[in-house]
Amino acid sequence: MSATQPTPAVATPGIGGARIGVITFPGTLDDRDAARAVRLAGAEAVSLWHADASLQDVDAVVLPGGFSYGDYLRAGAISRFAPAMAAVVDAAKGGMPVLGICNGFQVLTEAHLLPGSMVKNDHLHFVCREQAMIVENAHTAWTNEFRRGQRITIPLKNQDGQFVADERTLDELEGEGRVVFRYDGWNPNGSRRDIAGITNDRGNVVGLMPHPEHAVEAGFGPASEEGPRSGVDGLTFFTSVLSSLVHA
Amino acid sequence: MGRVVVEVMPKPEILDPQGKAVVGALPRLGFTQFSGVRQGKRFELEVDGEVTPEILAAAQEAAATLLSNPVIEDVVSVTDASAEVTDAAVNA
Repeated sequence: MSATQPTPAVATPGIGGARIGVITFPGTLDDRDAARAVRLAGAEAVSLWHADASLQDVDAVVLPGGFSYGDYLRAGAISRFAPAMAAVVDAAKGGMPVLGICNGFQVLTEAHLLPGSMVKNDHLHFVCREQAMIVENAHTAWTNEFRRGQRITIPLKNQDGQFVADERTLDELEGEGRVVFRYDGWNPNGSRRDIAGITNDRGNVVGLMPHPEHAVEAGFGPASEEGPRSGVDGLTFFTSVLSSLVHA
Repeated sequence: MGRVVVEVMPKPEILDPQGKAVVGALPRLGFTQFSGVRQGKRFELEVDGEVTPEILAAAQEAAATLLSNPVIEDVVSVTDASAEVTDAAVNA
């Protein structure tokens, strides 16, 4: 990979100076893709290290996907106790936007910023596919530029992706509109009630198993109506957060 | 040397995909007696001295905070297993 940063292909007007942190844990895989997505949305990506308790005054944080600590013990269980996570928990409680993608979602549940947990896929296989899902909540910090009911497609790749929670928690999530995404067409991992992503009561913390950062630039995304690899539905996550920062 | 053993199991209401895979494999080897399998975890925590009540309490706290996730798992036991270590030393 070249050391030079790509020029942002899409610039959102009026968000000059937004800084979005991307945390790298040992075993994180998608930190560079997440940072690239941030830049393509028109913001500055700030690399954060798990062992550093400072978030360097960023405006929002992305916990990217991967296999932090090899998924040992439980996915996300050890990362949850990283110094950077104490800062993320504090900032999230203060309203800072936080997005957890895949392993990042698992870290958010282990850190109790989001309810439920992820267990092994019901079919026991690693799954990697272009996954359709329906946007159920278009009012969170990370989804406000989607429409409710919109069908989007972004890549999904995981082994421990089955979202589970007790019935009471699931009813609460549904009743409070905190189910943000639901799998469409096929439930790829046995997740309860087809849930692909959820948010906290404030709407600033969002976690999901599929990967928006892999669908941010035409030519490198999933298939769409425009043709092969043209899908850029993931970019809207990152432009949404910039929009929420402007209006905060 | 002392040892504390912590055992963690998936909650009964959580479908255990690994256990399900194992119960599917058993009959293929002729083990038709078993109708269900649940797979859990056993942690062996070593301590340099004896297992005191304080150490057992610390192990209980570690079991509840790090070794298990109460959303999906139960801590089924936290026990002083120092005798096992001694037995092993004798047998060796």
